[in-house]
Amino acid sequence: MSNLRTRILILVALVAASVFALWPRTTTIRERNSAGVFRDTSFTRVPLKLGLDLKGGMHLALEVDESRQAVANKSEAIDRALKVVRNRIDEFGVAEPVVQKVGSDRIIVELPGVTDPERARSLVERSAFLQFQITDETGALDKVMPRIDQILKNSGQAGSVSPKAAPGADTGNKSAITSLFSSADSAGSKKDSSAADSAKADTGLLAAASGGAFSSLIQPGQMPGEYFVANENVPTVTRYLALPAVRSALPPGKTIHWGQSDEEGAGVTALYVVDSKPIITGEYLTDAKPGTDPIEGNIVQFTLNTEGGRRFRQETSRHIGDYMAIVLDDRVMGRPPVIQSAIGTRGQITMRGQPLQKTQDLALVLRAGALPVPLKVVESRQIGASLGQDSIRDGINAGILGVALVVFIMVGYYRFSGVLAVVALTLYLLFTLAVLAGFSATLTLPGIAGLVLSVGMAVDANVLIFERIREELVRGKTVRISIDEGFKHALPAIIDSNVSTILTALVLYQFGTGPVKGFAVTLIAGICASMVSAIFVVRTFYNMWLQRAHRPQTLSI
Amino acid sequence: MFRILHDTQIDFIKFWKITTTVTLLFVVPGLILLMFSGYRYSIEFTGGTLMQVSFKQAPEVAKIRSTIEEAGIPSAEIAQFGGPTEFVIRAQNPETVAEQSQGSEVVKEDISAALTKAFGEGSFEVTSSGTVSPKVGGELRQKAALAVLISFFITLGYLAYRFEWRFGLASVVATSHDILATLVFIRYIHLEISLIVVGGVLTMIGYSLNDTIIIFDRAREDLRKKRKETLKDTLNRAVNETLPRSVLTHATTVATLIALAILGGPVIRPFALVMIFGVATGTFSSIYVAPVILLWIEHRWPRKAGERSAAGHRATSLSEESGSSASRKEPSVAATR
Repeated sequence: MSNLRTRILILVALVAASVFALWPRTTTIRERNSAGVFRDTSFTRVPLKLGLDLKGGMHLALEVDESRQAVANKSEAIDRALKVVRNRIDEFGVAEPVVQKVGSDRIIVELPGVTDPERARSLVERSAFLQFQITDETGALDKVMPRIDQILKNSGQAGSVSPKAAPGADTGNKSAITSLFSSADSAGSKKDSSAADSAKADTGLLAAASGGAFSSLIQPGQMPGEYFVANENVPTVTRYLALPAVRSALPPGKTIHWGQSDEEGAGVTALYVVDSKPIITGEYLTDAKPGTDPIEGNIVQFTLNTEGGRRFRQETSRHIGDYMAIVLDDRVMGRPPVIQSAIGTRGQITMRGQPLQKTQDLALVLRAGALPVPLKVVESRQIGASLGQDSIRDGINAGILGVALVVFIMVGYYRFSGVLAVVALTLYLLFTLAVLAGFSATLTLPGIAGLVLSVGMAVDANVLIFERIREELVRGKTVRISIDEGFKHALPAIIDSNVSTILTALVLYQFGTGPVKGFAVTLIAGICASMVSAIFVVRTFYNMWLQRAHRPQTLSI
Repeated sequence: MFRILHDTQIDFIKFWKITTTVTLLFVVPGLILLMFSGYRYSIEFTGGTLMQVSFKQAPEVAKIRSTIEEAGIPSAEIAQFGGPTEFVIRAQNPETVAEQSQGSEVVKEDISAALTKAFGEGSFEVTSSGTVSPKVGGELRQKAALAVLISFFITLGYLAYRFEWRFGLASVVATSHDILATLVFIRYIHLEISLIVVGGVLTMIGYSLNDTIIIFDRAREDLRKKRKETLKDTLNRAVNETLPRSVLTHATTVATLIALAILGGPVIRPFALVMIFGVATGTFSSIYVAPVILLWIEHRWPRKAGERSAAGHRATSLSEESGSSASRKEPSVAATR
């Protein structure tokens, strides 16, 4: 019976292909260990991709932050940002990351197994826009100080700050968004120190002399363009500087940047007035690496390309004796050094006592390049690894119970034929997993649910066929003809029921995100596999049985 | 052969008045309830912050609450989750959510900072978290509504292709009934609408449609056999003939769903609940809604003589028999009235 032989061959080939698709294989992934060194780890495992909800890790969706910078062509800007983010993630060294553009204006980043989500997020989100700006030597801020005091007085801002508690003020080291003028709105309104506090603050000589709302909070520093603000007054000053009236009064051509937040415990934070036009920006940077300096502590050494080096030399030679602020994302890094002679292609950024890890991260983002547009996180999901383990366990337990119940019902009701269906069901599970592995689809927790559910639904095809066979047998037809007829009659209904499920699953796939997409994928894979197992596999089993039993008079069904 | 419900001849459709009343009693109060108080939505749809926090030592819930409130996040929901050290914090207040348009993680950071300050560094661990900016939430709301609509129209299109309009319309009404009943059910048990619940509703649409299709397929097949019986009897026969199949398939499906509901964990449970209800309402509607509506349609717009064979003309490619006898006797629909 060549027909049967072909069937068996196809069946064996299908099983072999599925087993091959699921055979554990060795993969090597490059990961960065805690010391920051890349390491290749090889391990052998079943090639099924697990989703973040099962493996643990973080998911971020990022968009252009238009409150900080208007962007004309968002899609193109996102494309450029995507490259930078990808570079950074590659350097960060996470196994199997996903960095992709979704729609026209969104980037999705998935980092499996990340244990320090804060760090990962700041790596992705950080602009890393580096510029070198000469500090102001004209005392421009001093000149406008009385006017600012006046503006504040007129607008009734001074002293009218609501004495709301400042919950996050001392944890305010959110260096991710430190631009004075952009984050001020949210930071100012929420994290105000009370004006009463400001008044009490020891802000030095100037405060006593002038007593203005603004000038009393600001104390001149030791170099041109440098000022100090007591830490507790930083939010107030930030808010003042963000007021439109104050902004228009600020000296033209100058920009104000905060220094790094006070990590040495000096009690003050530096404020710098610099020339708006940078002498050079980070775009010429070719390399950056972390290092240690006996005096400065942790530093990042950077190298500029020839073009950048030439410009840098040219500019610095014009500014000998001036102070140069190294501004990263609108924050001045370290204290601006004095330019003693023309500087070429090499320079360094001092980290002012920040830990080694932050130094490494800064070197990393500088190497990977600045983000062309500021990004903000619009959605984040973070799943602990242990939670993922729990989910896998729950899913497997539910699966075992579900399958056991189905086996019980099928074998209990259909006896021998039920056993055939159960064997087919095993193959069905094998096929489904193989399809998932073959298309490198991701298995998520809802995906496991879809798989378990589809076991229950997959037997529908068998049930339809078996019921039809029974009807034919009742009509007194022979076993062989009943089987033939049963399959033939049940086919339209099987196709119908599967098509309608596939259609809704496709819609779900189109609309769902992450985990729910995983559900749709497993459902579709499951339905396709169930058609093969119910129609083809069970039929082959019957044929094999018919061949052996030689004109059977009864069929256990 | 061990058979259940074999050769049954139950007159299911006879009870249509009772079942219609039951349906109305279930759906109408639910719709009224929905008018006055809507759904609870998950942060995926509203935007907001959800944190699952595991403390080293069991903290006082009141302290967590006051800490978060002092941090400027009003009406956050704090619930114990699993053991006494596990908590879920949910900040969904519209004002709080609005702050997240600047960056979705601000509220989460505030809560973390406040908890660190109140309970000490390292006293707790954020085991999982999710933050959604209001914009993303709004988008998803639209997408979800669109997805339900699209899948509805796709099934509609499929039915139009598969059946002639009388059968199609009856299936559509049945499916609408199922969607409506499920939506009301979700409100009754106050289930939070999350992405996975929407997934459950979509899956349910596909599943309930199956059932109707299988019964109608059978009815159409029976119609083609020359039997002198009313359409009502044909439909009853189709329901009875497919009864063993329905019972078996629903049993296996519900079995896996119960397994998921009991053991599948908190993420899967809502999905399983929606689907279990979906199977129930799908079965109900394919017996009591679709056939009854079909009878009503046939009564309202009776077929012209000779149109009978057309009932299944579209599906001849899928069906093994061709509807040939055009001279069949018109079914008497009056019997149902």
